[in-house]
Amino acid sequence: MELLTLQILAGVATGAIYACMALAIVMIYQAIDHLNFAQGEMATFSTFVAWQLLQWGTPYWMAFAATVALSFAGGVAIERALFRPMRDAPVLAHIVLFIALFAILNSLTGFIWDFTIRSFPSPFGTGSLAGNGLVSAHSAGMVGVTGAMLAMLYLFFRHTRLGLAMRAAAANPDSARLVGIRVDRMIALGWGMAAAVGAVAGMMIAPVVFLEPNMMLAILVYGFAGAVLGGLTSPFGAVAGGFAVGVIENLAGSFIPYIGQELRLTIALGVIVAVLMVRPSGLFGVSVTTRV
Amino acid sequence: MAAILTVLALVAGLAAGAAHAQQYDPGASDTEIRIGNINPYSGPASAYGIIGKTVAAYFDKVNAEGGINGRKITFISYDDAYSPPKAFEQARRLVERDEVLFIFQSLGTPSNTAIHAYMNRMKVPQLFVATGATKWGDPENFPWTMGWQPNYQSEGRIYAKYILANHPDARIGVLYQNDDYGRDLLKGLVDGLGGKLSIAAEAPYETSDATVDSQVINLKAAGVDVFVNIATPKFAAQAIRKIADLEWHPVHILNTVSQSVGGVLEPAGLENATGILSTAYFKDPTDPRWRDDPAFREWSAFMDTYFPDGDKTSSYTVYAYAVTQSLVRVLEQCGDDLTRENVMRQAANLKDLEIGMLLPGITINTSPTDYFPIQQMQMMRFNGRSWELIGEVMEAEIGG
Amino acid sequence: MVRKELTAPMSQTVSGADQAMPPSWQRWSVALLVIAASVLPFAVAPFVLFQVTVALTYAIAILGLNLLTGFNGQFSLGHSTFYAIGAYTAAILIGSGSIDYYWTIPIAGAVCFAFGFLFGLPALRLDGIYLALATFALAIATPQILKLTPVEPWTGGVQGLVVERPAPPSWVPLDADQWLYFVTAATGLLLAWTAINLVDSRSGRAMIAIRDHPIAARAMGINVALYKTLAFGTSALYAGIGGALSAMTVQFVAPDSFTFVLAIGLFVGMVVGGVGSVWGALPGGLFLLFVPNMAETVSKGLAGAVYGVILILVIYLMPSGVAGMVRLAARKLVAMRRSHGNG
Repeated sequence: MELLTLQILAGVATGAIYACMALAIVMIYQAIDHLNFAQGEMATFSTFVAWQLLQWGTPYWMAFAATVALSFAGGVAIERALFRPMRDAPVLAHIVLFIALFAILNSLTGFIWDFTIRSFPSPFGTGSLAGNGLVSAHSAGMVGVTGAMLAMLYLFFRHTRLGLAMRAAAANPDSARLVGIRVDRMIALGWGMAAAVGAVAGMMIAPVVFLEPNMMLAILVYGFAGAVLGGLTSPFGAVAGGFAVGVIENLAGSFIPYIGQELRLTIALGVIVAVLMVRPSGLFGVSVTTRV
Repeated sequence: MAAILTVLALVAGLAAGAAHAQQYDPGASDTEIRIGNINPYSGPASAYGIIGKTVAAYFDKVNAEGGINGRKITFISYDDAYSPPKAFEQARRLVERDEVLFIFQSLGTPSNTAIHAYMNRMKVPQLFVATGATKWGDPENFPWTMGWQPNYQSEGRIYAKYILANHPDARIGVLYQNDDYGRDLLKGLVDGLGGKLSIAAEAPYETSDATVDSQVINLKAAGVDVFVNIATPKFAAQAIRKIADLEWHPVHILNTVSQSVGGVLEPAGLENATGILSTAYFKDPTDPRWRDDPAFREWSAFMDTYFPDGDKTSSYTVYAYAVTQSLVRVLEQCGDDLTRENVMRQAANLKDLEIGMLLPGITINTSPTDYFPIQQMQMMRFNGRSWELIGEVMEAEIGG
Repeated sequence: MVRKELTAPMSQTVSGADQAMPPSWQRWSVALLVIAASVLPFAVAPFVLFQVTVALTYAIAILGLNLLTGFNGQFSLGHSTFYAIGAYTAAILIGSGSIDYYWTIPIAGAVCFAFGFLFGLPALRLDGIYLALATFALAIATPQILKLTPVEPWTGGVQGLVVERPAPPSWVPLDADQWLYFVTAATGLLLAWTAINLVDSRSGRAMIAIRDHPIAARAMGINVALYKTLAFGTSALYAGIGGALSAMTVQFVAPDSFTFVLAIGLFVGMVVGGVGSVWGALPGGLFLLFVPNMAETVSKGLAGAVYGVILILVIYLMPSGVAGMVRLAARKLVAMRRSHGNG
């Protein structure tokens, strides 16, 4: 089979991972107007919780649902306990809080479950989708799940009152309050949802890359790249961006001679910088103009 | 009569005592030997932290059994998070503040490189470092630094020997981690092939890559039929799985860093790993053949008593156990002369030392000009459940 | 979307010299600091001196970061890159043996200024969170770039470069650790003095104006693009000098020495020390070096978690950093004195 096609397909498969992550990132960005650097660690922790439930004999889908619910609750709890008291603090202080959260979660995960890699089951099995291993069933499933999440989120934000309220709270908290929206609750809700999406992302990603506490470190960066490329304000863009980054990175790695494979991360950086310079709102994002 | 005998005994005892020269450098005393260690307990290499923990557990056992020549071991281990500046700081702390006698099993090539010059300048032994980089066996320039495990180039050469003997027409493809460890192994492989065969395709990867699927695809597309897997556990497992997914069946050689059954082959899928080759120099804890082996029993009992949380399927614990036993032998050999110089001298004076968990036929040998304690390995094949040794113990000395 | 204020309100005053703190107090505190710094090498063990020296190199880099973020309002999560460039420049020059150690410091600074300026150009188009992301990506990619095969002959690749430690001149009765400490401390002092003067000057006020109200600044005729790129360059220069000094202190440079962990650490050090405060860089640097060690003594397995908790406590108790805390205390003391005088 032609190498190019194979690499593109492999790129789509890795891209699915990045797309999942990018979706979680954009979700929380929409909710709280901040980039959550600890997103990856939250997802990893959630995935370990799922793993633990599976070890204790819980059937897969029950463990899946329980993890999503627990992660939602965890996200809300983190917002309430950590970020709510600092609501009026400057942006820089918030970033330090994200960093602290990252450090705590990473350390806790390693302490509880140690650092050896573990396999995580895929609900789609280990077979391949189309015969000779071109596309694995899991990759296809992952793409499907990401798409389904995207659709659900779209419906939620565009066609429900709660979704509208959340968008309003994020866009203009003061006006939203005036209209009677409980902004605090919306933010907590946003955190919970982002944590839940992150948990799903983690459970989709772990079967491919193997579960270990440092699993998400690298993926987070590629996820950011995808989110930026697609547009931080557009969940669809983030997903598209994630796929694009996966394909670009694979093709560049395979076809740039001599140092292609050494440059993958640099290419992700290049993508981020280039997009931000040419079109900061990303391919699908909406650019915000401020009136003076 | 009894009185005369008693007096004679007393005099003899005193004479013997006077002949005993007790010499100490900082870190050693009548009751204590202080040993320093730097391990990554956090950060990207934290999977190796279990080695430091196993070493600490073994010293607990040594102390419980009375210590070495009556002296208890105080084991001080610090985290460097795999960061060279941090490793340097910890080394200075161990030497200058904690006043250890020597540093043992510091882990990681970058960390050890960072403290290399300092340890030699301060004349403190940097003993049995936990990395296979070939540069640690350089007594002429760095007399205070010594490795322990077979170095990576030796390992690469052994693979080369095997390939030349069994697959002389191979198209060789190499997946390797793009850092000193990966490149060192690759160099050994290339040197060992000596121009008779060349590498058909090289596929480096970075630890920041999410998967190595792309690299594996490239190697398959290049028509490779002998796949050399120079990757750390996570990526090695990914490669094994991807190869199976692609329904590709090359001859698969896996490097020792990733040969753990519990840590790599199981996650990758035991059926997928069947037929994989590797080399070993110590006994695999999951190999049923050693079940009744006395050395294995001892190790198993040690783990149960002193390190019950440790993973008994992980080869890292066996590694740590074996290297610490080697150190204990060195210290026993030192007797009461616990100067740093003597520690190095004894470490460079090991002849056919047998350690229980090393494979039969493999011994430790050092001399003032040979700072490579272990240079023998044996090939083995995975049969779906455990590793089976094949062939004979092979030598692979550098410079030969 | 509503953007929050970038920095804490307290940093509206220039150069961290609050009007609430009388100038004589400031002079006394600086004098005390200089005296303490001069006595330190003879009062502590060489190992601790070494640690303080490394902390000082961090403080210099944090000072640079503060110039960019605290005073000019441009986020950077990538200052480890400039620190690395400075360190490698010094390492390569010292290794080549053709230049005296001390010249490598300004050269590293100049090289980093150039890089910083160049990076500042595309950064002009980026704002807030986007710039943070771009610089973060830069920090993450730096180790990989340093390892690239084509530049290996210079950078030593993954193996890194060993750096010879500068020896004190023969007429100086100090040992190597103490000499290096004094060189670093003196450089830091000089750079701090320069920073204060810079911030108090017209250019400094322009920078601050750009931070607070970029559009108004442009309307007033300030060349925003020029000042922003210059700020980037200057900030990179500081970080590069910090890096060069650290190369001499740690005596080794490798790609693994300059990961994104350092970039985040510098950022955290800036916030802890006090955004918009020149002297805040000092507690920031000390925090970066010593607090992870403290966390490790509390619990080896959970060191990261302990560090995170400490960080949270610091942010909660001192949202404006150590400098903010000091200022608050000074203000209270002055107010107390005034009320005593009145009643």
